[in-house]
Amino acid sequence: MTAPRTSAGPADARTASGPAADGPLVAVSGLSVAFPAGPGGSPVRAVDGLSFTVPQGGSLGIVGESGSGKSTAAYALLGLHRDTGADVTGSVTVAGHDVQAADGAALRRLRGGVAAMVFQDPLSSLDPYMAVGDQIAEVYRVHHRGASRREARARAAEVLDRVGIPDAARRARSRPHEFSGGMRQRALIAMALACRPRLLVADEPTTALDVTVQDQILGLLRELRAETGMGLILVTHDLGVATSSVDELLVMKDGRAVEHGPVRDVLHAPREDYTRDLLAAVPRVNVRRQTRKDGLHEPGRDDSALREASVLSEASVVPGASALPEAAVLLEASGLRREFGRGKRAVTAVDDVSLTVRAGETVGVVGESGSGKTTLGRMLVRLLEPTGGRLSYRGRDIGGLKERELRAFRSELQMVFQDPVSSLNPRRSIGESIADPLRAAGKLDDAAIVARVRELLERVGLDPASYHRYPHEFSGGQRQRIGIARALAPEPKLIVCDEPVSALDVTTQAQVVRLLGELQRDLGLALVFIAHDLAVVRQVSDRVVVMRGGRIVEEGPADTVYEQPAHPYTKGLLAAVPRLEAAEAPA
Amino acid sequence: MTGYLLRRAAGALAVLLVLSVVVYATFYIAPGDPARLACGPRCNPEQIAQVRAQLSLGDPVYVQYWHFLQGIVAGHDYSTGTALLHCDAPCFGLSYQNNQQVTDMLIERLPATASLAVGAMAVSLLLGTVTGLLSALRRGGVTERVLTWLTLAGTATPVFISGLALLMLFCAYLAWLPFPSYVPLTEDPEQWAWNLLLPWAALGLLESAKYARLTRSSLLETLAEDHIRTFRAYGVAERKLVTRHALRGAVAPVISLSAADFGSMFGGAVLTEMMFGLPGIGALLVHATVTLDLPVVVAVVMVTGTAVVLANIVADVLYAAADRRVALR
Repeated sequence: MTAPRTSAGPADARTASGPAADGPLVAVSGLSVAFPAGPGGSPVRAVDGLSFTVPQGGSLGIVGESGSGKSTAAYALLGLHRDTGADVTGSVTVAGHDVQAADGAALRRLRGGVAAMVFQDPLSSLDPYMAVGDQIAEVYRVHHRGASRREARARAAEVLDRVGIPDAARRARSRPHEFSGGMRQRALIAMALACRPRLLVADEPTTALDVTVQDQILGLLRELRAETGMGLILVTHDLGVATSSVDELLVMKDGRAVEHGPVRDVLHAPREDYTRDLLAAVPRVNVRRQTRKDGLHEPGRDDSALREASVLSEASVVPGASALPEAAVLLEASGLRREFGRGKRAVTAVDDVSLTVRAGETVGVVGESGSGKTTLGRMLVRLLEPTGGRLSYRGRDIGGLKERELRAFRSELQMVFQDPVSSLNPRRSIGESIADPLRAAGKLDDAAIVARVRELLERVGLDPASYHRYPHEFSGGQRQRIGIARALAPEPKLIVCDEPVSALDVTTQAQVVRLLGELQRDLGLALVFIAHDLAVVRQVSDRVVVMRGGRIVEEGPADTVYEQPAHPYTKGLLAAVPRLEAAEAPA
Repeated sequence: MTGYLLRRAAGALAVLLVLSVVVYATFYIAPGDPARLACGPRCNPEQIAQVRAQLSLGDPVYVQYWHFLQGIVAGHDYSTGTALLHCDAPCFGLSYQNNQQVTDMLIERLPATASLAVGAMAVSLLLGTVTGLLSALRRGGVTERVLTWLTLAGTATPVFISGLALLMLFCAYLAWLPFPSYVPLTEDPEQWAWNLLLPWAALGLLESAKYARLTRSSLLETLAEDHIRTFRAYGVAERKLVTRHALRGAVAPVISLSAADFGSMFGGAVLTEMMFGLPGIGALLVHATVTLDLPVVVAVVMVTGTAVVLANIVADVLYAAADRRVALR
């Protein structure tokens, strides 16, 4: 497929629109955005006195943790806070257009025509009822009043082809749900290209995507920039993604710019402590796991001071037990299978998976979405019944046990879930939620249960006095600690953690990972750590299992799998992980 | 799709069978003697016994029920004492009261009920969606306030009050309309519409607030979705955001609720029919229940039940057509 691409040349992009091509592409000065107060609260200042410029054709990555105001700042570039009740002050100029002063019609011309936005979730960001090509054609006709439907459709097919949608003219008639995640994000980028904007604002454009697809999308963005000369503002929580795609970085915290400079300077010689902490918290896929073995053989030793210190200085060090190979086998799966649905619609989610977990070790399970890792995890703790194969726990076959017979094992096999918000009952106090498994076991009386819950809260680093508080009063990281406390309550031997940190910011992520490591060391737990993030898995695992299409494609000690991957799929996965180090290395 | 419809039809049949059993059972548990009522107040015991035999009321319940099913599928022969009367399938039997074929009675009365349901549905949908759209988009305007007040008042007022008020106002006091008397559509379409105007308004108002609320919440929900934000960020004007992108998603639940409602209006408009003297099946049902005219009661319940079940299938199909992401299985 080679559609004419003459119209996407750099010269064309410059003449597209806007009064002046001189001066910076984006100039933001003293930008503040405040949202009106909720009931009983004070207004929230999401962006507070932010200033930066981006030169013509330049690129800037805005990075920060959730709530740092990075998306709010990006939205202000297109005047998207207008009529939302938000109070915006300061000045925003994009390609010579004063966004703050523009009237409704001028603002609509700017949106898409001068600066185009690519959103995070490509499925919900497209109209589900309309063909993808028609959506792009509609945007094109907003900015080209004289264009006929036919011309608009042709342009839609052209840009879809440009972003790599195969058979673009035909696929333009598909609706978004008929596209894969990567294709939807390509379609959104095509929509952005349709009117040849001078600036692309991408808000977490790859966060919802698998790592290999993310790699392709970032590559596409680089290509398009080289070809059209448009500027890029990339908003992301992922430092690796930002560094591989932009020239300059702006680190935000609490609505303010903490640090701003060329990527290399920010990574190599961060001036601010916050930037340093942030960089230290980022898990590295090519750094070996550093286990802190001291204290392993001295369970009684008080090392809280040591933990304290590690929080501050050695964020990337994860204490862990590193089980010896001769440790007893706890859980053994052989030829495990799980199908969903029947007949022609049957889908095999897990297919012939064999796995052993020894006492006190961490087995990492990595794979992209749909690889069957969650289904496997749920079967290991028997939340799901396998449809084939054998699952034994301490030599006893538990694969086919009925719920009643399983009860004896329930307390020993626990699970920590990804979403700490939805896995806690919002109407019950956290103490009650943690007490649930204890009450279900029925061994302790009420006073003993309360005492145990307080002890658990303290163990996971929360105030025991928060027993009577409710989930919404806690931050994401604290909620995940609550989830861990609940899993610990019945004194399990093995915990399956399904994406336990993927909803968390990197610094919080590092703390939770460290907590899991400490618990493992102190309690001799076996962990199965399921995640899509290869770097996090390396950080915690003794052994790693790589899954694809329901099967295990590679298995081995973590360092071997990461340093000498044998399977081409593993190699591809590792190659797709964005790395900080490439940019960090001195030129 | 064909497979889906077949499965749904089978489910519908099962529901209707259960329904007929329940109606039969209820009828036999209820006190009263249909034979005595059919015969009239001046019958002596012998005459009542004769009637009972004639109506086969002496047979066991399951035999009567079996004859009822037979009649629907294959037709049935009835003896009136002097002659043999053949009732073609679908036969719902003969009325205990006047020996008329129930099927004929239904056919005679369905048009009035259908006319009422169609018009009232149109009124409540129009009023409800317009009010809902206005209150989602132009909250606080005069039109919006008046319409919201009107729909709420209509819903809060029972039909025998609002109907009476409408009659008093338009027929008696202002005398803009004649007191309604049903004229079949096939006879005179214009008179048909004029005479049904007030029943439509009364019943339509009753249902309208529900649609106003649903339309409003559904539209606001759709407008808050990510894809609306996308088109706003590409300079699409607000009016177009609503008409091209939000409305379609917003009407899907309205369509599906209205289809289901339409079914229940067939049997649920009894009060409106009584109030305005419409010769519909609602009025028929009331009379038949009072006189323990089992064949008529069962037939009316079956017809309205069929309407509800069919309307629900139509609602699901329409919903799937409006929202292509929904797969029918």
